[in-house]
Amino acid sequence: MTPAKPILEIQNLRVALPEGGDRPNALDDLTLTVNEGEIVCLVGESGSGKSMAAGAVMRLLPEPHVRVTQGAVRLDGQDITALGQREMRALRGDRLSMIFQEPMTALNPQKTVGWQIDEVLRLHTDLDRRARKARVLEILADVHIPDPASTYNAYPHQMSGGQRQRVMIAMALVLKPRLIIADEPTTALDVTTQKQILKLIKDLQHVHRTGILFITHDFGVVAEIADRIAVLRLGELVEQGPAAQILNAPQHPYTKALIAAVPALTPPPEKPLVDAPVVLEAKSLRKTFAARGGLLSGKRAPVVAVKDLSFQLRRGETLGVVGESGSGKTTVSRIVTRLLESDSGEVLIDGRDLIAASRRELRALRKDIQMVFQDPMASLNPRKRVIDLIAQGPIVHGTPKAEAHARARELLSLVELSPAAADRFPHEFSGGQRQRIGIARAIAMEPRVIVADEPVSALDVSVQAQVLRLLADLRDRLSLSLLFVTHDLRVAAQLCDKVIVMQKGEIVEAGPTSRVFADPQHSYTQSLLASIPGRDWEPPVQALAVK
Amino acid sequence: MTASDTIPPQGPAPMAPQVSRATVLWRRFRRNRAAVLGLILFVAVVLMALLADVIAPGDPLSRTGMPLVWPFTEAANPLGTDQLGRSILAGIVHGARVTLMVGVVATVISIAIGVVIGAVAGYFGGWVDDVLMRVTDAFQTIPSFVLLLTLVAIYGSSIENIILAIGVVSWTAPARMVRAEFMALRQREFVDAARNLGVSTPAIIFREILPNALPPVIVFASVVMATSILMETALAFLNLGDPNYASWGNMIGQGRAALRTAWFCAVIPGVVILLTVLSFSLMGEGMNDALNPRQKK
Repeated sequence: MTPAKPILEIQNLRVALPEGGDRPNALDDLTLTVNEGEIVCLVGESGSGKSMAAGAVMRLLPEPHVRVTQGAVRLDGQDITALGQREMRALRGDRLSMIFQEPMTALNPQKTVGWQIDEVLRLHTDLDRRARKARVLEILADVHIPDPASTYNAYPHQMSGGQRQRVMIAMALVLKPRLIIADEPTTALDVTTQKQILKLIKDLQHVHRTGILFITHDFGVVAEIADRIAVLRLGELVEQGPAAQILNAPQHPYTKALIAAVPALTPPPEKPLVDAPVVLEAKSLRKTFAARGGLLSGKRAPVVAVKDLSFQLRRGETLGVVGESGSGKTTVSRIVTRLLESDSGEVLIDGRDLIAASRRELRALRKDIQMVFQDPMASLNPRKRVIDLIAQGPIVHGTPKAEAHARARELLSLVELSPAAADRFPHEFSGGQRQRIGIARAIAMEPRVIVADEPVSALDVSVQAQVLRLLADLRDRLSLSLLFVTHDLRVAAQLCDKVIVMQKGEIVEAGPTSRVFADPQHSYTQSLLASIPGRDWEPPVQALAVK
Repeated sequence: MTASDTIPPQGPAPMAPQVSRATVLWRRFRRNRAAVLGLILFVAVVLMALLADVIAPGDPLSRTGMPLVWPFTEAANPLGTDQLGRSILAGIVHGARVTLMVGVVATVISIAIGVVIGAVAGYFGGWVDDVLMRVTDAFQTIPSFVLLLTLVAIYGSSIENIILAIGVVSWTAPARMVRAEFMALRQREFVDAARNLGVSTPAIIFREILPNALPPVIVFASVVMATSILMETALAFLNLGDPNYASWGNMIGQGRAALRTAWFCAVIPGVVILLTVLSFSLMGEGMNDALNPRQKK
């Protein structure tokens, strides 16, 4: 490769956090270069300061609380930390642009897509209206928007998430910037869409020779797209180098541990479980969401979330429910716990029907089927102490308070939290610790089945591995059955004995995980598996064994 | 998520030394100087009410000197006397009791009604919400003071009726506020988590959600308290107050007649009302800061 020209040079950058934060500097002594036509992935867990790096380059830090105290950021050799607000504004969008994580919030809902891309041109070029429109249509075609002319007049909410992200990319590219900063641009997207967007970014970057600083936490995505990788931990750069080297032969222990925590794509071998009794059985469940029409808004067509769904879960078994957003997998988890009423069908727990249960019977039945939620912050009442959160269920079901509290303290050690945690409030814990509290709360009821709805998707990859290991461990020790809802096929491969693949409310494929992953029958399953980012890359160190 | 979530340090994270909630709240409150001033004024009013019998013993409605004595001229009546020769100081300190009682009780009544209606409407939604909110609308379309006048005119102007009527006309704003909080909070997963544990609906509404919905309501209570006092004053000004109590409003209402010759009869209680209401709104702002969880400790 010919020595490429550096576009972005970050030198000894230090970003100070306000006093009283968990550390003095968000970024400490960061030196990083992005060359022409190169994709540099900045990888790190939450709190590593990776988004701060983007903010520092774009000069979008929440100043004066968080500010650059040392170092230089050079764009094509020009130090931009010294520029004034006005010069910086001229630079943004023109030579330097950014793609955000959530395209819905980054686009103005009040304006058409065409207007918003046009605005970039209006501010930075002298083109007349006709030329601008032609340019907008051209760039929309470049990002493979199906019908640029009609998209020009569409509002953001009329488009899918993937299309919106394409629009964001079009907006970032329209002035042919030298550098694009992409901050987790595919995190909010489904895997199949993610694959398309990653390909798009890579293709466009290849054509325009743009430098891209790609910020992500997902090593699968990194393996897919990176030329070079920089690993950030607590504001410090621990390792950087060519993609192949970091991915396959990481040097720093932190990088090693991070990569080891990436779930491998090899599902567990099939378990002979045929003789274990069926604990949870769903029979032809159906749920339709009637769109609520007001007096004036007229009737809208009802949405079928789940149609004719049946499955069986045996004791000690883990059944994965996988699918993309809108496939109805969350609806399934809410119906079997009866947080949502189904239209028809049966949910049998040890042969007792949960759907037909009366209010009183239901309360007793709830003991047997407990839930672990996606967002550990939202699912723990912020005003309650941990001990009360865990003991609440047993107390409601008649256990004396002292006994329930004693049991709750035992559970804390079972989920590997210190006994001191008991008297604290949820906000004092990290995400992974909160999820442990959520698990302890579910276990406290001594359930037969635990329904886990994306329990690790809000967690960092290393924490994710620990929580998954804890779940698997508890499942085996307490011979629980797990119904595990996830969009992440890597996670499903790690934990689930069987999977059902859902698309638009229907099961398109079901079977033992190893069989489904090795030899998918349905075209949807095939495309899902083909879209797993970094599927060709096998993490070098054997992943921390979950089993 | 904190640093402890990264791989190498396993197990529970070191946690910051525990500070009691009250201490944290006080530290945040203290940072707002105006709020501290409000608190000082409020404490002064409370002290006046408590020490009324020490400062000005006897019935505040009885004569203590010549009529219309100017302030700072007589040791026996330091703030002067009104047209009937009643000590203005006695009226002020005894009036503090009535005023505070009106403020506190009327606020409790209005917040209680508002919380129940708002919580039920916000939690259940659907037709329950529709019905309750239409009732709220009906109350809100009538100017609250006109409604208050009507109620007092019908049921008579005893102090109990006045307090009750003030409570009844000012519950709508808290109700809407609680409803909005509930609508946001009932979507949160911790509500589902509680349902999943088998917690009963009333317990979910009042024990799980309500504590999370209260901070803005507590702040708003200071506004309600200020307006309750103003409403009582306005009633008294229109001679619809309870004549058996020395309330500040009554004093202004009677002082109005002598406004051109002895302005102090109306102005002194007026200034006291101003300071009291001001103290509530300043404290409300301080509480807003203190109860905001995003504020630092």
